[in-house]
Amino acid sequence: MNRWLQGLYAAAVYAFLYAPLAIVAVFSFNSSKYSLAWKGFTLDWYVKLWHNAGLMTAALNSLVIAACAATLATLLGTVAAFILHQYRFPGRRLLFGTLFVMMMSPDIVIAISLLLLFLALALPLGFTTLLFAHAVLCVPFVATTVLSRFHGFPTDIVDAARDLGASEYQVFRSIILPLAAPAVVGGWLLSFTLSLDDVIISFFTTGPDFEVLPLRIYSMVRLGIKPDVNALCVVMMAITVLALVLSRKLLKERK
Amino acid sequence: MRKSTRFRTVLIGATFAWVLLLALIPYLILFGASFLTGGAETPVVAKPTLANYLHLLSPAVLGMAVDSLGLAAVATLLCLVVGYPFAAILAQAGTRVQPLLLLLVMIPFWTNSLIRTYALVMLLKADGIVNGLLLRFDLIAEPLQLMYTPLAVFIGLVYTLLPFMILPLFAALKAMDPRLLEAGRDLGASRLQNFFRVTVPLTMPGIIAGSMLVFLPALGMFYISDILGGARTMLLGNYIRDQFLVFRNIPMGAAASVTMTLAMGLMLILYSLANSRMGKEQLR
Repeated sequence: MNRWLQGLYAAAVYAFLYAPLAIVAVFSFNSSKYSLAWKGFTLDWYVKLWHNAGLMTAALNSLVIAACAATLATLLGTVAAFILHQYRFPGRRLLFGTLFVMMMSPDIVIAISLLLLFLALALPLGFTTLLFAHAVLCVPFVATTVLSRFHGFPTDIVDAARDLGASEYQVFRSIILPLAAPAVVGGWLLSFTLSLDDVIISFFTTGPDFEVLPLRIYSMVRLGIKPDVNALCVVMMAITVLALVLSRKLLKERK
Repeated sequence: MRKSTRFRTVLIGATFAWVLLLALIPYLILFGASFLTGGAETPVVAKPTLANYLHLLSPAVLGMAVDSLGLAAVATLLCLVVGYPFAAILAQAGTRVQPLLLLLVMIPFWTNSLIRTYALVMLLKADGIVNGLLLRFDLIAEPLQLMYTPLAVFIGLVYTLLPFMILPLFAALKAMDPRLLEAGRDLGASRLQNFFRVTVPLTMPGIIAGSMLVFLPALGMFYISDILGGARTMLLGNYIRDQFLVFRNIPMGAAASVTMTLAMGLMLILYSLANSRMGKEQLR
């Protein structure tokens, strides 16, 4: 293939990936409500969005659950990576294996097995159940991100610290955590986007009291959507891009 | 010293506690539920049975499963055919533009897939962009029925999952030593021979990884077949969802989920076997 054709092909694939998103963005600024025609630039839909309580609550819920689930997943995932890297204990391979299976399980299987757990425990579906479900989704990704950062670690620092009398907690707090910090933050941002991106797990593990954005849009798609949803999609895309760019910056620092 | 071991014990104990509660026990409940007796109308009884699994083999369910597998397989193939040349172009791009080009693949990858599906609706609906453009340029007289067709489901699956194919392919192509292609050329291989006998075998791990990352989620994405395919096209995900939420038949839905997980496990084992075999072949 000559270079010209290659460029054309790449551009066509990018156009395929971006055309729908671009259309949503364009329509969020179009003052015409239903027709395709461009009737002039407006920010009305963003104002309407601001006053649309249901939509704003759902979007806010999505961001809150993403932040909380990312924090919980980062905590659990970092500890899991730390003990897997630092200690030898019975059941270590089982832990590795379970994390791998969790990462590879189809979303719908994770969602349903957790739904059955919540039913068995008689937990009402809502914030708490969704929080745990999203944390389960994200933990293996945090653990692998942090573990890959551990791989390049010089082990003699830890040995030296132990010889000088550092406790296990001090090793964790003063050596491991600072060294792993970029991966930990990167893992948090990765979890944040994973949680925002999810549809299937939210579908099964949250209740009507705690509606998140994708489910709200899901129920709206069939009934017809007003352009303020376009505006909201643009805002959510911007948040995703920001989290993504930040996490890539942080993960790159290790090189 | 005692304090140190306590810190260690607490961390290991806490990790096992949540893994047990939030991963192992849910999987066990799912597995156990798939053997319970119970149906749409009757309450679930703790009487072990294989009826749920046998029902999965009935012609209606089996036909649906085969259709779903076929749909996912075709979507995977489409992603591979579109994604491979694209990943190759990306892997050859200059080091200055490459990070940006890659980021542009990542952005749709991380945008909520329901938002992306909704964006496709804007494109495909009867008064959407595609029909609007075709009508304006007089290429068609009547709006085409694009929504609620199997074609729309294909477009939706490929659109949603294409980045999952591109990224592993890119990683595999990037890791390939370009001197191998030069060697092939020096030894008289044509471009086609070079591609099929050098590039493809060397990037096979990427091909398999990408295909699995597309194929497995494609089976489950019930919302895409719901929104774009209407009621006509059914994926395994729709079936499982309906067993839980429409028919309230938990044992049946559990059996379908377990089967899906086992199929996934089988594919992962085949993948790692293929990987280690190919690793050995490269050493020879």
